[in-house]
Amino acid sequence: MEKNQSTALIFELSRSGRRCARLPVSDVPDAVVTIPQRFMADAPPALPELGELDVVRHFVNLSTKNMSIDTNFYPLGSCTMKYNPKRHERLAALAGLADVHPLQDDETCQGILGLLYEMQSYLAEIAGLHGVSLQPAAGAQGELTALLVASAYFKDKGQKRTRVLIPDSAHGTNPASAAIAGFDAVQIKSQGGYVDLEDLKAKLDDRTAVFMITNPNTLGLFEKQIATITKLVHEAGGLVYLDGANMNAILGITRPGDFGADMMHYNVHKTFTGPHGAGGPGSGPIAVRDMLIPYLPSPLVVRQGDRYTLDEDRPQSIGRVRSFFGNVGILIRGYCYIRTLGPSGLREVSDQAVLNANYLLSRLKDQFEVPQGDRCMHEFVASCRTLRREKNISAMEIAKRLLDFGYHAPTVYFPLVVPEALMIEPTETENKETLDAFADTLIKIKGEDAAFLKEAPHTLSRSRPDEVKAAKEPILRWKPA
Amino acid sequence: MSYVQNTAEQQAAMLASIGVDCIEALFAPIPSELRLKRLLDIPAAMSEIELTRHMTALASRNRNASDSVCFLGGGAYDHFIPAVVDAICSRSEYYTAYTPYQAEASQGSLQAFFEFQTLICQLTGMEVANASLYEGGTSVTEAVLMAAGVTGRHGRVIVAESVHPDYRSTLKTYLANLEPKVTEVPTPEGFANPDDIRKVLDDQTSCVVLQHPNFFGCLEEVEEVAKLCHAVGALLVVSFDPISLGILKKPGDYGADIAVAEGQGLGNPLNYGGPYLGLLACREAYVRKIPGRVVGQTTDRLGRRTYALTLQTREQHIRREKATSNICTNQGLMALKAAVHLTALGPSGLRETAHLCLNKAHYAVAQIETMTDMRRRFNRPFFKEFTLQSSVPVHSLLEHARDDGYLAGLALARWYEGLEDCFSVTVTEKRTRSEIDGLARSLQSAVRHGVRAVMA
Amino acid sequence: MVPGNLRYTKTHEWALLEGDVVTVGITKFAADQLTDITYIELPSVGKKTIAGSACGNIETVKAVSDLYSPVGGEVCAVNSGLTADAAPLTADPYGTGWLFKLRVTGNAADALSGLLTPGAYQNQLESEGH
Ligand SMILES: Cc1ncc(COP(=O)(O)O)c(C=O)c1O
Repeated sequence: MEKNQSTALIFELSRSGRRCARLPVSDVPDAVVTIPQRFMADAPPALPELGELDVVRHFVNLSTKNMSIDTNFYPLGSCTMKYNPKRHERLAALAGLADVHPLQDDETCQGILGLLYEMQSYLAEIAGLHGVSLQPAAGAQGELTALLVASAYFKDKGQKRTRVLIPDSAHGTNPASAAIAGFDAVQIKSQGGYVDLEDLKAKLDDRTAVFMITNPNTLGLFEKQIATITKLVHEAGGLVYLDGANMNAILGITRPGDFGADMMHYNVHKTFTGPHGAGGPGSGPIAVRDMLIPYLPSPLVVRQGDRYTLDEDRPQSIGRVRSFFGNVGILIRGYCYIRTLGPSGLREVSDQAVLNANYLLSRLKDQFEVPQGDRCMHEFVASCRTLRREKNISAMEIAKRLLDFGYHAPTVYFPLVVPEALMIEPTETENKETLDAFADTLIKIKGEDAAFLKEAPHTLSRSRPDEVKAAKEPILRWKPA
Repeated sequence: MSYVQNTAEQQAAMLASIGVDCIEALFAPIPSELRLKRLLDIPAAMSEIELTRHMTALASRNRNASDSVCFLGGGAYDHFIPAVVDAICSRSEYYTAYTPYQAEASQGSLQAFFEFQTLICQLTGMEVANASLYEGGTSVTEAVLMAAGVTGRHGRVIVAESVHPDYRSTLKTYLANLEPKVTEVPTPEGFANPDDIRKVLDDQTSCVVLQHPNFFGCLEEVEEVAKLCHAVGALLVVSFDPISLGILKKPGDYGADIAVAEGQGLGNPLNYGGPYLGLLACREAYVRKIPGRVVGQTTDRLGRRTYALTLQTREQHIRREKATSNICTNQGLMALKAAVHLTALGPSGLRETAHLCLNKAHYAVAQIETMTDMRRRFNRPFFKEFTLQSSVPVHSLLEHARDDGYLAGLALARWYEGLEDCFSVTVTEKRTRSEIDGLARSLQSAVRHGVRAVMA
Repeated sequence: MVPGNLRYTKTHEWALLEGDVVTVGITKFAADQLTDITYIELPSVGKKTIAGSACGNIETVKAVSDLYSPVGGEVCAVNSGLTADAAPLTADPYGTGWLFKLRVTGNAADALSGLLTPGAYQNQLESEGH
């Protein structure tokens, strides 16, 4: 059933004179001296005009054209699409949390400050590190923040270190953040799924500020040489940064600080289940070793007796990386998650995430090539290289066809080091029935006709978009005919 | 609590399929000396009932815009959020989806973001908008980085001191190790005097950044500054207030080249500072330098109108260290809220909201000036926020008002030397005449008692 | 075989010297790698380039290839028609698909001496397995 209303744009539904929101009649006199004419618009912006029912029907109908965790299995590697508990939504919406203004005096928001203080300490403990800034808005901003912290630290020590070393399997935000922090991004090769130690040694010198590593890495493997790597980097005088996107595999099992990382970011929207909102919001707190604490962005929440305050008086701080405190709404959800799971529950998350991923791997490893072997942590990367060569079926085709069966596609073509990559992360919240049905479907798709797959998906409201056309002649907004 | 579903029997069957006899065996790749050999030192698990009690208790320790009358602003505003915004945006299909990488399975969000981009263009009079940035401060910063890319000038960036202090601080943090250097123009009269800008503007300047209305609530001479900028080939970046555009001239109409904003006021609660919404819109010519995700319209295999993320070669996952920005996760849900909010308001609703803010703010000034000896600090036109000079210590004044149930204003001392005796007050469409009268009375009694408060 | 009258870079640009002006393009091999070009960014006339440094790029939906200036010089012409229609770039990379022209700084004949000869470039292609 394809409804017309659900694909017309709100602008096309607009009829002059229709209204949704109604404002109260003004209870004050009109301002006498208002604003000089040069500042005033002749007319308000030409926004669409719709009645309330049409607004609701339009956006509700549109929503049905999405897949989401609440409606579909979503094994999107590197993204940790676990269930988002409903109780978090209700609690985060309490007026005493949602309606607090960010510039209220500390005295008037002791509840929130206490929560944030606790959150700082939980994240430090889980990291095995000493200081936490909750300010970064997402993982990428956490990376940038930590690199700026590192840069300030070296500047203070009188060292001129200009390079950040990054494995070729890293996420694109790593080199992009390094560039904004003013460093040269230098790529380190991978060897059999792990950091190529020889390449690392060759590039490590007194120009190295930071080595950024994702561990477990983007292939879903725990970097078994991690102790050697961190030792090498530290001997060269550099710092080790952990991209914490994959923390879901190691909560309470091993801690970045214990394996030699000096700084890291969390993706609260992944590991601690902030709803992704079709793109965001996220929250990307960073944790650092004690010598780096003075450089963290301001403010931090500190405790004095039984009072909590925002400490802005931190002369060595790099400054702010955004306005106000941080993405508090997401931090509150993460806090609720940690409080409801506790130490054993968090440990269970990683146990079960790793069990689910390995089970799925065991179901698929004889059907799909998995270059990095038959064990993984919380995710694994299959390759459609041979499938592509022999049957002309690419990772993209498999991904698109999965949509027909009601599964969101895995992450495709990432990490870049695996050709035709299908990166699969089931998370701990899925059950065996779902994993089995998914594995059966993947195996079935693999046997389908290549020409048929090229045109997949076949059953959704839209088939494949013409991306070349979209990029060549960009249409980025609706225009009146 | 636990969200794990597999039963003990299922787990045993799964382990058998993997070929190990316990979960622990799966962690063998982690060297044992790196393992944590104890439980994490965090509090024990709570049930939902306990958590609800705990969170309710925490929440009760915060004053807020629901239990107090809120006159606070400074970049975060207590605007009304129509019920349709929450009803729509709490649909699971929107808020539990990931980034719409698989276009066919994400047409709902993609179309909504395309509509969002269009609405932001309609609002600002600009030609292109992206699908959101983190918040107001990083939006200013991204605009400045973009201006350097567009103009090829990596010298000077001119920023008025009347721009939000957090935005300026964010910009300086980001620029710490990059070429462009910030020149701040003082704003002793509550706005950036175009003559002062002209003095520092040169042909190495990539852009001038203004906020309009600015942090003090005052309007800037945006049109004149735009002309100055264009005369030397620099861009004008303006941080605007979305609600103000119900009555004020659009950035695109007064010559702004990149328009950015904190979009919190469009459907997002105060949330103690986030998640908020960074808006960025610009001229068509700069589209390939824009930061962040952008949704485009195209067709599918059958020629049907379809939406997809586009121009992705700008982004970090393809261009890595040469990307226009490092942003990946953005503020999608907040953008959706803004889209629904703007649609719910429509042109009349937006204009009426802006008029209510304007009139109530001006009424508030009149009442306060009538009932107290306090006066507006700056003689400039303003919209919904204004700066007052107090004859008694600001801190005790605000504390007094707080005890009367008013979050009365923001003391400016922490940000501005010379404004130690000033505070800013914001009046949104939510405030009633009786609340404003109450505030004026509270300030009046504070001023009367002021001497005593200081002596005590 | 690659044309014998040109010089080449490791990054698959070609260069043709006429007087003190060098015409620059990308090789047939490079052009064949680019399916569905969506955008070409060329240096603007008057821009000074440094040998071996990036001075533009060619984009497809999911990839960007940087263009490197084979020699140092000042850009004196660009094939601006390509930004509207990139077809010549793949159809005729050594002819109508040229990208830009540089007026060489310093001795024109010397400028090209650092580049690969047709034979050396051909060897590179073969050793890369193409
Ligand atoms: C490995 C990795 N690093 C970094 C990031 C960036 O995090 P965010 O999207 O929160 O900015 C991601 C997320 O996509 C990721 O998967």
